[in-house]
Amino acid sequence: MNLATKDIRHNLGRFALTTLGVGMLLLIVMGMGGIYRGFVEEATLLVNRIGADLWIVQRDTRGPIAEVSRVPRNLVHRALAAPGVQSAREFVYHTIQREHDGKPLRMAVLGLSWPTDKGEWVPLIAGRSLAQNHFEMIADESLGLHLGERIKLGKETYTVGGVTISMVSSNGDGIGFFTVADAQAIQFDTPGEAVRLERASRQARGERTDLGAQQPLALIEQTIASPPLSAVIVTLSPGADVQRVASIISGWGDVSVYTQEGQRELLLKGLIAKMRQQIGLFRILLTVIAGIIMALILYTLTLEKVLSIALLKLIGAPNTVIGGLILQQALLLGILGYGIAYLLGRRVYPMFPRRVLLTEADLLQLAIVVVVISVASSVLGIWKAMQVSPNDVLS
Amino acid sequence: MQNGFAIETHGLTKVYGSGHTEVVAMRDASIQVRHGEIVALLGPSGSGKTTFLTAVGLINPPTSGQVFIGGELVLDGAQAHTNLRTFRRRHIGFVLQKSNLIPFLTGLENVQIALELNGEAPRAARRRAMELLDYLGVAERSENMPSMLSGGEQQRVTVARALANRPSVILADEPTAALDSHHGRKVMELFAQVAHEQGAGVIVVTHDHRALDLFDTIYEMEDGVIRRQLQPQMD
Repeated sequence: MNLATKDIRHNLGRFALTTLGVGMLLLIVMGMGGIYRGFVEEATLLVNRIGADLWIVQRDTRGPIAEVSRVPRNLVHRALAAPGVQSAREFVYHTIQREHDGKPLRMAVLGLSWPTDKGEWVPLIAGRSLAQNHFEMIADESLGLHLGERIKLGKETYTVGGVTISMVSSNGDGIGFFTVADAQAIQFDTPGEAVRLERASRQARGERTDLGAQQPLALIEQTIASPPLSAVIVTLSPGADVQRVASIISGWGDVSVYTQEGQRELLLKGLIAKMRQQIGLFRILLTVIAGIIMALILYTLTLEKVLSIALLKLIGAPNTVIGGLILQQALLLGILGYGIAYLLGRRVYPMFPRRVLLTEADLLQLAIVVVVISVASSVLGIWKAMQVSPNDVLS
Repeated sequence: MQNGFAIETHGLTKVYGSGHTEVVAMRDASIQVRHGEIVALLGPSGSGKTTFLTAVGLINPPTSGQVFIGGELVLDGAQAHTNLRTFRRRHIGFVLQKSNLIPFLTGLENVQIALELNGEAPRAARRRAMELLDYLGVAERSENMPSMLSGGEQQRVTVARALANRPSVILADEPTAALDSHHGRKVMELFAQVAHEQGAGVIVVTHDHRALDLFDTIYEMEDGVIRRQLQPQMD
């Protein structure tokens, strides 16, 4: 006869509510883990999807995703000339916040190196990849833009030609994929008046120099110089040694080079390291709280059974039977709570604004933790049960 | 020591505290109960009846004195000569005044658990439990939870549980206190029946003088001492 289930059957409503409470608590613990995994996934998403062998960025910066990086456009040609480089592409990346349909719209703008890169690697759920050099975009569904929708950014209007899914920046903003030229136009959109004022200012400064007197056109050139890129991404020839090519390019005084793994580490150690600690500590705290609450619940349940336990001892029940009763209830509470957390989580987490990613490893780890805290939390109840004397039934 | 007694005690003494706070709850209590004999233990509250019962029931060992059950020395002072809980499970049945049944088990399960704890297979335990409930006339209430049973029915189930493992000793502490006189007498008759039919030695602690005619022997306890052996009153 299983005394644990008999007792639960007798107090089914209360046990169900208690289990639901534990389940909700574990839902938060599970969710925090999922949020962290989501952060990691989102932070490294671009680096993983783009799959470049090397990232060439502004010297001594951790760009272009972790921080701002600016490199000249001709860096593409210099990179192509390096031994072992098969291809080099322009990469533009920045975040904007504009207004669309009366609502704020935050978007990570990513420039694709047209026509080499039309965004074929971007997973589409509707539409197609970029088909022309200008005025088209692929939008992540989280931006809320529909296929064929037109959006004005700066001076130009762009049409959504494709919709992708789960393509977000490390901040969780949906990514809009444009050509490099369009991405730069959005980034460096300067009002006409500002351009005229800057041009007049430079001209005035130039007229006070010899260069301005001898080559006035050079001054105008300065005002319309091509905007910089965020980075250049490089694919190596088959068999090329990544470290060797990186070492060669690192020798150039104006750039830093990261491998794909280096970029991942930059993002994980820099961008989300504190978040990782924060969430990790929060998870530990929640797990401890869950353990304490479970221990208190089991202790209370044991207190309510003191007379029954005394009676069981009186009729000769060994301690293993009594301890087993409490331990089994603790495990049932933990396992059912975990099941509730999982099932609820599958429905609730997709509604969260940031991705909550449940991995098998994390779920398994939490399951083990739940079993451990169930066993640990039953100790207090078992200890109490062991203190009960069969004499208590006579008092 | 081997003898024909179901229960035999020699000089049981129980002292609580020490020095100025010393209280002697039971002093030099000695009785003998034969197999098939039903014995009443009378006495006012605080006279030491329950202390005596818990000592014989191997729940609260005496400070000194010996307890023999079925001729086997089980307790010598506070020193146990066997695993008391196991011995209790196999040889002693208890019927108490209240809180007699485990509230989350049905009447049948309350009897069945005693059998299963003693190693009986679940199916056989269930069958035997049902037989006992039938014997005690509460078979039709076997699936009810204790809260759904009347006081008399609860006591019958408790008696069934006490009999489950065919104990050589049954100890009852005020078993009729919560019952009216009619049901109280019924329960006492049941104990007499069990003692005579099953050969168990039965000790009943009671205040109820109305059913003393059912007992083979009557002891009276006062100030921790078993003072007198009374003759049963005959109707």
